[in-house]
Amino acid sequence: MSGEDNKKQESSTSVFLEEISRTDSPSRFGKLGQVALIPILAVITGLAIGAIIIILTSESVYAAFGNSFIGGIQEAFSVVYQAYWSLFTGAVGDPAKIRAALQSGDQELIRRAFNPFFDSLVTTTPYIFAGLAVALGFRTGLFNIGVEGQLYLGAVAATYIGYSFTSLPPILHIPLALLGGALGGAVWGFIPGWLKAKTGGHEVINTIMMNYIAIRFTEWLVKGPLKRPEAQNPISPVILESAQLPRLFGDPIRFHVGFFIALAIAWLVWWYLFRTKMGFDLRTVGANANAARYAGMNIVRSTVLAMSLSGALAGMTGANEIMGVNHFFVSSFSPGYGFDAIALALLGKNHPLGVVLSAFLFGFLRSGATSMQLNAGIPVDIISVLQALVLAFIAAPAIIRTIYRLKDPSEKEAALAATGAGD
Amino acid sequence: MTTLISASEQTLNLQQNRRRRMGLIFLLFAAAIWYLFASAIEPDAITTFRLAPGGPNSPIPPWELSGRNALNIVAGFCALLGAYQFMRGFGNLTSSMMWLIVILFAFAFLTWAASGKSLNLAGLMTATLVRAVPIVIGAMSGILSERAGIINIAIEGMMLGSAMIAVLVGSLTNIWIGVFAAILTGGILAYIHGVLSIKYKIDQIISGTVINIFAAGITSYISAKFLQVYQELNSPGIVKPFPIPGLSELPVIGTILFKHTWFVYTMFIFLILMQVGLFHTRWGLRMRSVGEHPKAADTLGIDVIKTRYRSVIMSGMMAGFGGAWFTLGSVGRFDEMMTAGKGFIGLAAMIFGNYSPMGALGAGLLFGFADSLQTKLAILKIPIPSEFLLMAPYIITMIALAGLVGKAQLPAAGGQPYDKE
Repeated sequence: MSGEDNKKQESSTSVFLEEISRTDSPSRFGKLGQVALIPILAVITGLAIGAIIIILTSESVYAAFGNSFIGGIQEAFSVVYQAYWSLFTGAVGDPAKIRAALQSGDQELIRRAFNPFFDSLVTTTPYIFAGLAVALGFRTGLFNIGVEGQLYLGAVAATYIGYSFTSLPPILHIPLALLGGALGGAVWGFIPGWLKAKTGGHEVINTIMMNYIAIRFTEWLVKGPLKRPEAQNPISPVILESAQLPRLFGDPIRFHVGFFIALAIAWLVWWYLFRTKMGFDLRTVGANANAARYAGMNIVRSTVLAMSLSGALAGMTGANEIMGVNHFFVSSFSPGYGFDAIALALLGKNHPLGVVLSAFLFGFLRSGATSMQLNAGIPVDIISVLQALVLAFIAAPAIIRTIYRLKDPSEKEAALAATGAGD
Repeated sequence: MTTLISASEQTLNLQQNRRRRMGLIFLLFAAAIWYLFASAIEPDAITTFRLAPGGPNSPIPPWELSGRNALNIVAGFCALLGAYQFMRGFGNLTSSMMWLIVILFAFAFLTWAASGKSLNLAGLMTATLVRAVPIVIGAMSGILSERAGIINIAIEGMMLGSAMIAVLVGSLTNIWIGVFAAILTGGILAYIHGVLSIKYKIDQIISGTVINIFAAGITSYISAKFLQVYQELNSPGIVKPFPIPGLSELPVIGTILFKHTWFVYTMFIFLILMQVGLFHTRWGLRMRSVGEHPKAADTLGIDVIKTRYRSVIMSGMMAGFGGAWFTLGSVGRFDEMMTAGKGFIGLAAMIFGNYSPMGALGAGLLFGFADSLQTKLAILKIPIPSEFLLMAPYIITMIALAGLVGKAQLPAAGGQPYDKE
């Protein structure tokens, strides 16, 4: 067991952890740009390869190449420009429309013009929660692939509290439903955590299994005990208004306070991980389980705690979606936030701030992709391809270094140390 | 000396504990069969099992049995096995006995469910086998790479990617080139998994996730962009069933086993080849040694890196073969996300079958049985929601992984990149 832990820590996940923990020290704060260099290059490279895929699968480019070579090149550029421009306007809004709306001064028009931007923030919110869930697990050396299942449980718990607890004021009902969601996810995270700590059952396999169990289980719940009585389809009743996260602007903007809750939770996770003793324990277990054991830390407790907390964050992802956007539970409400969150957490180097930044990227990409599909005819699924590429580049920075002929910082440091110029 | 003795005593104690625990589990099964099924059947109810597909006019007479009596006998037999296991132990045969009891349990369940009614047993068995095919192929794919120390959670993605390529190439050329292209696609995706995890030493879970996300994205993209627009690209035809002459004429067994497409026969051939290859040839020994103790294998002159590449690529080709089954072997078209988690169930079957091909077959059949049963639940009026039956494979895999029923043995070096020092 100990040998296994030891070896595992040498794998690349822990290399990230080391990289990030080095940057945590204030003296290196100025080198933030250097830390962000690989993720930024990874995203740019991903977009470039995405462009190549768009060109290769575009019929109009082939047709244009049939006529003339120059025409083909022009068509290729115009296709990519059109795709990424509609991605951009879909994510943050069309500048021309915004200008026109501001000039006209019509409230309704202004809201419409800014709607894409706020809708991207609405998509960003679940990504923040889910990314934090995965990152917290990684920090403890645990791979929580079960965020998707945990968020289903959180959603169903929040839904139940949301419609069945009547005559509560929002100030009580909203926290109660959110906590219920967190608890639902925490239970689903606790089980694989406990199994890992007590029996050594690999958390990756167990969380994959629990994803499927969660989806089937909630499917059954919403067909049976939680079904909306008057509905034909398996959907839950609508949650009461007192449990809905308040929206800040009029229709059609769906932007709700969940975004700020997510930011607050991100700060809380940062504080917990980097400013408390318990957080230090978790990180130490994640960085080197053997060292943690020798230091007298309780590995079993840390493992169970980390998986439960990770599950709780995942549960809040689901609760936030139900209480802020959907307002009722239906089995396919998540487009895979839990799976996207794996790439997202790694892109953010498992640091709460990094997670928030990558959540913005993922939220805006996902939200803009819908308009790209409508306006440029590029299926939204290109975003998943992009995410896979970014994930690969982040996990293997050597690929990015090779492409851009960057020096390996660890080599550079070693060279500096050898010449005595390190400090 | 004293430590030596105590160590061997400890192993003896462990063996004894395991023997007794298995005995208790057998007895528990016997009690469950008696209490849940035998005593729940009306004393005079007759269970009718039809043994041939098709209508009631088939030449083979149905099998009628008095449910309660039959199940009392079955429960008694299981109790005897349990008592023997508890007192003496079956030794090496323990897991075979476990499988026997699982089969008897399934039989008892069916007898109870169909008491006073009639159930097409042959049809159910055929459906079980068909539904087990992708699971067993997925499990074999997993065994090939995990035995060499590469965790492969990308089976799902490899199957999905090759299923699409099979349709695309199959529509443009012919089915057989489609199958070939699918196997090649699986191999290429696995090669990427290999490069990321062996060369760049990415965590194997992450690199598997990369493949899964990539395959899900690119297949849905191409499907939405081309396959749904140009139907002629999504109609490769389908591999026809090929009844084996002679064997398919056998009563009952013929219909269940020998009237399938060659995908199913090939799967069985692969199973036998792998079972023999893994445990009785130099190739298998080398592969397993690389998965268990790469350093020792390296010392003995085995090229660890090369063996791992070869194994993971074979794993991908197997997954590619499974992917071709989804499209060319069953429905003849590609739909987005059509593998629907079968690759992950294959992973579960691999663990439940303790990383051996025959175990994977058993687990695959068990999961296929749960899958095909849920379509019959409504007919049989069994008061179990179909969702719970669909959950069963995942739950029993978690139980197996937790070591309640004999511990699943992960290859010792699974998941670790190999550093040659």
